[in-house]
Amino acid sequence: MSAAIRAEVRKLFSTRLWWLLALVLVAYLVFIGAVMAFSFTVQVDTMGQAEMPTGEDMAKQIYSLTSPIGYVFPLIIGSLLFTGEFRHKTITASLLVEPSRWILLGAKLLASLSVGVVYGILGTASTVVGAAPILAWRGEGAFLGSGDILVLLGMSVVVMTIWAVLGTAIGSVLTNQIAAIIVILAFTQFVEPIARMALGAWDLTSDVAKFLPGAAADAVVGASFYAQDASTDLLSRGAGAAVMLAYIVVFALIGRYVTLRRDIG
Amino acid sequence: MRTETDIVVDHLTKRFGSVTAVDDLSFTVRPGAVTGFLGPNGAGKTTTLRMLLGLVRPTSGAALIGGRRYEDIERPASVVGAALEASSFHPGRSGLDHLRVYAPQIGVSDARCHEMLELVGLADSAKRRVGGYSMGMRQRLGLAYALLGDPDVILLDEPANGLDPQGIVWLRRLLRIFADEGRTVLVSSHVLSEVQHTVDDVVIIAQGRLVHASSLDGLRALAETRVRLAGPDEERLAGLAAEHGWRVERVDGGLDVFGVSAAQIGAAAFAAGVELHQLADVGVGLEDVFLRLTSSPDAPASRGGVAA
Repeated sequence: MSAAIRAEVRKLFSTRLWWLLALVLVAYLVFIGAVMAFSFTVQVDTMGQAEMPTGEDMAKQIYSLTSPIGYVFPLIIGSLLFTGEFRHKTITASLLVEPSRWILLGAKLLASLSVGVVYGILGTASTVVGAAPILAWRGEGAFLGSGDILVLLGMSVVVMTIWAVLGTAIGSVLTNQIAAIIVILAFTQFVEPIARMALGAWDLTSDVAKFLPGAAADAVVGASFYAQDASTDLLSRGAGAAVMLAYIVVFALIGRYVTLRRDIG
Repeated sequence: MRTETDIVVDHLTKRFGSVTAVDDLSFTVRPGAVTGFLGPNGAGKTTTLRMLLGLVRPTSGAALIGGRRYEDIERPASVVGAALEASSFHPGRSGLDHLRVYAPQIGVSDARCHEMLELVGLADSAKRRVGGYSMGMRQRLGLAYALLGDPDVILLDEPANGLDPQGIVWLRRLLRIFADEGRTVLVSSHVLSEVQHTVDDVVIIAQGRLVHASSLDGLRALAETRVRLAGPDEERLAGLAAEHGWRVERVDGGLDVFGVSAAQIGAAAFAAGVELHQLADVGVGLEDVFLRLTSSPDAPASRGGVAA
């Protein structure tokens, strides 16, 4: 198994895509961090003051943006572990050196932790780099010494890592690269944000919204841009992590018993 | 001496829906020889190879390497080396990295990767991305991958595709060395002439079924010369043949003589004063034998071919 994981890590980091995508992730999150910090601190007068969080809560909300804004990146790089193999037909060579499809699946899921951690650290750091100077300059401080904030930043790295693993699990189901990227983009950019807003609007459905993957991720981070009150609108940290793991398990099992059972021709 | 590992294909059948790609196919491949696995496109060669390698599940029957299914062999790539398609590389990965990616699971070092690139003549292009490789270079890289684990069994699907004439000669020599070392070498091709200078044995399939398996000499025997003789007195012709001990077959309008050249027959007839009206070489070459064997006398075109 360790040789299989080593092989998968080598596959990930031996093409240029991982750092090209990481570059976009960094640029995007630095930009978003800066823009959000500006809009919270500069335009605070024009936007109904009662709604706006202040001080450490404001910092928390902005620092928690890494996952809801950037989760498309670890999802896509994770999915490529499978879709790249099918697109370039290297799946044949991969199964020749390890015919067990369980080991192939397991090694890919575990290997995606490596790129997930890299994306988690880069993404979380980017949001902080974009937002913290502005918060310190225009607002009430960057709060980078606060214990709560440090936990939040650590959880942000954890969640981004989990996204990469979920991306790999999704890739095991949707092995067509174009299809996987389109589904991930559509889900993360349209379906889930709209679903979270819509479902969250009514009390009856807001409980369902908590179980959407993005909401579960926010629960792990411990703060959400969508939730006015994290304690009532989100699951607990542990429950959020369990929901994310459940998504991974479901996709991975579908991948193993449907896609990976097929003949490789 | 290497471990002698044979290949046994035993009543192997694969159906894709209503199409039978491989149909009750049985043959064996012996160690220490190069065996050509021949058949027209769509005959089921690649499907058979993929079943041997555990990539495609047989509908029935078995394909065994050294008595075991591929997926039951521990560290299979160190026993069996295979190159299936020249196109299955990530274009953005370097040739060296393509090998390094598989090295941990085969159980070999990076040094072995360099060594294999050297062997196939790609040492200078090791760090270049495969996207920029020519078809011939991809074939060589595929071969390097197959050889990484120093396998006892080597399976190559259409390895001569895209190789230049020098490359083909080089491959031929390499395969000969492997066979002489006691390895089992199976090489598929849809063109007999491409491998006829390389192989010791041939396994010929058409429409998923075995049509011929023998040594190359066995195939040649099917292609021995055949000379048509005709003359006014057929009994004298037959007497002439009997006198020289020729093997003959009476056909409509004359006599066919096997294994003797037209010139020899003409000279003998002249010496014996036998009048000839026809002396024609109707012998078939090896390629003709191959075409004859693989063209379907029964139910042509009713059985569609599946991915070659």
